[in-house]
Amino acid sequence: MLDIPLDVQANLPVLIVLTPLLGGVIATFTGRGVLPWLWSTLVTGVTFALTIQMMMTLLASGEPFISYELGNWPKWWGIEYRVDLLNAFILLVVAGIGFITTVYARLSVQDEIPDDRHNVFYAVWILAITGLLGITITGDAFNVYVLLEISSLTVYALIAMGKDRDRRALTASLRYLILGSVGASFILLGIGYLMMVTGTLNMEDMHNQLLRMPDLDTNRTILVAFALLVVGLSLKMALYPLHMWLPKAYTYAPSAVSALLAATATKVGVYMAFRFLFGIFGVGFSFYAMPSHFVLLGMASLGIIFSSLTAIRQTNAKSLLAYSSVGQIGYIVAGFSLANPNGVAGSIVHIFNHAVTKGGMFMALGAIAYRVGGTDMKHLRGLGKRMPLTAGALALGGLGLIGFPLTAGFISKWYLVSGALDAGMWQLAVVVLIGSLFALVYVWKIIEALFFGEPTGRTAEATEAPLSMLIPIWVLIGLSIYFGVDTSFTADVATRAASSLLGGLP
Amino acid sequence: MTELLGIYNYWIYIILMMIGFYGVIAKANLIKQAIALGLFQTGIFLFYISMAVVDGGTAPIWTTVGDGAVKALGPYDNPLPHVLILTAIVVSVSVLAVALAIIINIKWSYGTIEYDEIAALERATEREEGDADA
Repeated sequence: MLDIPLDVQANLPVLIVLTPLLGGVIATFTGRGVLPWLWSTLVTGVTFALTIQMMMTLLASGEPFISYELGNWPKWWGIEYRVDLLNAFILLVVAGIGFITTVYARLSVQDEIPDDRHNVFYAVWILAITGLLGITITGDAFNVYVLLEISSLTVYALIAMGKDRDRRALTASLRYLILGSVGASFILLGIGYLMMVTGTLNMEDMHNQLLRMPDLDTNRTILVAFALLVVGLSLKMALYPLHMWLPKAYTYAPSAVSALLAATATKVGVYMAFRFLFGIFGVGFSFYAMPSHFVLLGMASLGIIFSSLTAIRQTNAKSLLAYSSVGQIGYIVAGFSLANPNGVAGSIVHIFNHAVTKGGMFMALGAIAYRVGGTDMKHLRGLGKRMPLTAGALALGGLGLIGFPLTAGFISKWYLVSGALDAGMWQLAVVVLIGSLFALVYVWKIIEALFFGEPTGRTAEATEAPLSMLIPIWVLIGLSIYFGVDTSFTADVATRAASSLLGGLP
Repeated sequence: MTELLGIYNYWIYIILMMIGFYGVIAKANLIKQAIALGLFQTGIFLFYISMAVVDGGTAPIWTTVGDGAVKALGPYDNPLPHVLILTAIVVSVSVLAVALAIIINIKWSYGTIEYDEIAALERATEREEGDADA
């Protein structure tokens, strides 16, 4: 273990947000050339190291959580940062993917974004990661809203930067902006109603106040708050049928941005749902007093089936993967709305597994766009011979999406199906199987184009992707295989986090 | 009846928000959508400000009274929601700024800010891509 100064150790939680926040602002002044990229690699690298240190500190302390009061204000007045096993894990995923995609981004960004905008691009890029990390670490409900808007605003800008390749990036970004702002406003309103009832913004305090209310299940204000939050959060995590912003945003965003978003943005949305539904309202209210079981499970099942069907019909590989992401969010939501240990653990594991798999696949598509100039099926035809390593990564990632044994996707589906059977919901197990079948069809479409097509046009002259892209791609795809074989770390963290979410002993 | 009228600012907040929501959904002009979004968020500000009100409350000013102790002038409104809404106003201004920046770019590359015309142009692009595939 590294020897780190005591000051850093004591202020670890706030440094995880502060480092990229300041680093992002400074990135604006890094000028042109390779410097903006070098700077962002450094900043995201340090942030990643801090989250690793955070995780080790938490595990070494043996406490269920580490609480940090900003500016030493007592937590009921000021803002509290709180790290437990669940968000230490999500922090690790977000910062890790942030670092790996930054390493990957250099050539892709050089290719897709004009030179004079690189410093701004990386500044906004780092700030987006800051927002996501902040949402994850904070224990204050209003702080969640502010950081949510930091990450959303920067993401709108990042998507719009795809305009030099395809002008449809602009309309995709504006559409996301409008829907995203409406969603965030619902969350803001929900927090307001909760504050009206409880008089506090601290999440733990809110939970305790709510539990003390005799009319918790019938109080209108709380019911309205719950409804507003569920709708707002569903929009943010792109739960079917509120996913309309996602496919176009992922398709037309710059390649590196698609990889970052697909791996982290909606996952942090799901994490917010964990915090609000399990943390603040509590399992008893969210899943037994309210009919969330049926509403969320229903929407998730519809999402798994219909978005996988839509994915099959896509002719652009990027929008195919985007629709598949909506389906995968369905699995994650279905898992936690079962509200039993296996289901919730499956949901947490799938957040990680899907992040590495989809992140790696979008990066592979970015490498193809870099060499061939597009990601339509016609561009992919015959690439298996020209870019075997990139095509291989894409194919292995695809197996993970299907949930093939020995890939990480299999583990999450295993937990999910056991959770469904524990709850006596065999219908959900059937939906998962149908979803996997559809995934087989759309992944086969990609594999067929890659390995059984004849290359035409620019594809015929394509060469293997550069090493600076291949390494990050294979790190993520490698992780998705590694954690499919050795599940001790992810499964252990997920089951422990699940039992603490469900109110058992951690 | 008086109970309903007594909470009239909550009625106004709902009405403002719904006007904004309608505009976001129904208007084809992108600038009008952005204005409607602003109205939607302003409604929420009114909600937060209304919930801070305390009966007979005044501004939260603490001052030195006769015997040297620092005291509030009287019952005062909860200042916390006011502070929160200052932050939310900044956020909503930023959202509007980003929206307008994107709309300007849309005008430059599509030559229009009417949603149906943009959609027609995009459908044409998709058809061309389809033809190129065939």
